[in-house]
Amino acid sequence: MKYAYYPGCSLERNSAAYDVSVRQVADLLGIKLVELDDWNCCGATEFFSQDELVATSVIARNLALVDSQLNQLVAPCAACYLNLSKTDRLMAEHPHMNDKVNQCLAAGGLNYKPGSVRVRHILDVIYTDIGETAIRDKVVRPLTNLRIAPYYGCQVVRPDVAFDNPEYPMKMDELFQWVGAEVVDYPVKAHCCSGHMTQISEPQAYELIRRLLASAAEYKADMILCMCPMCQLNLDAYQAATNKYFGTNYKIPIIFFTQLLGVAFGLDTKKLGFGKEIVAAEPVLQSKLGANAAV
Amino acid sequence: MVTTHAFKGSAFLKEIIADTPGGERIVHCMQCGSCGGSCPNGADMQYTPRGVFALINANEREKVLTSNTMWCCVSCYFCTTRCPQQIPITEIMYALKRLAIAEGLARQTDAPALAKTFTDMVEWFGRSFELGLASRYYLFNKPLAMLKMGPLGLAMFTRGRMALLPTKIRQVGQLQAIIRKARELGGAS
Repeated sequence: MKYAYYPGCSLERNSAAYDVSVRQVADLLGIKLVELDDWNCCGATEFFSQDELVATSVIARNLALVDSQLNQLVAPCAACYLNLSKTDRLMAEHPHMNDKVNQCLAAGGLNYKPGSVRVRHILDVIYTDIGETAIRDKVVRPLTNLRIAPYYGCQVVRPDVAFDNPEYPMKMDELFQWVGAEVVDYPVKAHCCSGHMTQISEPQAYELIRRLLASAAEYKADMILCMCPMCQLNLDAYQAATNKYFGTNYKIPIIFFTQLLGVAFGLDTKKLGFGKEIVAAEPVLQSKLGANAAV
Repeated sequence: MVTTHAFKGSAFLKEIIADTPGGERIVHCMQCGSCGGSCPNGADMQYTPRGVFALINANEREKVLTSNTMWCCVSCYFCTTRCPQQIPITEIMYALKRLAIAEGLARQTDAPALAKTFTDMVEWFGRSFELGLASRYYLFNKPLAMLKMGPLGLAMFTRGRMALLPTKIRQVGQLQAIIRKARELGGAS
């Protein structure tokens, strides 16, 4: 199985742990990821709030660059995933936008026909294309005793209902049941991490972060698993600031789901990017998985 | 016999519909309030989305564009998926952000400055550049907060999570030509 791969800017640096763990888990599962050559930033939400044609054209450049032999593009970042799939959908549904975006692409010698690339999230590829049997087969360190809170965030499960429920997604829950973890069923698993609010309105950001940490703690989760760099950054890097703001004392490690999947598959934790998170995950892995964790 | 009626909505409604893909659904709003009730920041909004839609119908352009409503939107899309009338509410919030920025009415928020600084980096390099983004944005908008960011920046840096230099794509000229053309054509609608 071969796919074009769009890592996105966050995975290049601040979420490198996501990138290295995605690549290794994919490799182990026989998912061949070919990085899109010379891809550009998807613009997150920031172009859309200024100029919609610039926003969609910048994103469409990436769709246009996909090798015609590879008609699926995998994006692990929620914002990239949504922007790529949304642009494809807008171009397909609104012919005048398709015309205009293609006029812009033509200025760079490119063109894109909507519908020719299928944008996929890495969770969908692992869950759907690999599936339960193959994943259970690969487990060498079952995650027994480890209580995890799967955190889906917003932009993979909404607004386009591609592969999971927008209100109550389950795919990451099931995936971690397959690898032996105790999956916590908590009510805010698809709520918002506050996105870029940490930069423009701290009180609003801290409140949304607090709701997630409080719920995961109430349900006694050992760690929260993310599938989006923004979610991981907000819950991890701003956990201390949130504690300070509310006088709380949460200390919940926030890691990417592919990192922990790699642990279950017996991959070397150092190579999975552990240690890059601000709230250390290794003590929890040690105490819950013991010698098995081999960190 | 089918009769067609001339558009009777307000001028502002017409403008929003023209600027939002799927925006014509807005006329179906029945004021149920699912949007505001679903919004993680609904309690902080001057008008929840349904209130905004009523104001748009009433042609209250300035009241809407100077409000904090769209700046509370974090693009979580709960309102969009829950709206029983399939109104693309998050997209309408983006349209309101664009209009407010274009007319200099976005007074209650640093969001436009963050957006502009972010997209400038993308236009120069083809990729986002966090250190450049953070230092420029804080320096020009909230220099005092920059001090507070120091320890966090350092923690990110020592964990190899922050680059000192931007990554530049090879075909940045191609990207810039695409962006120039998009600006020349003036909007997606």
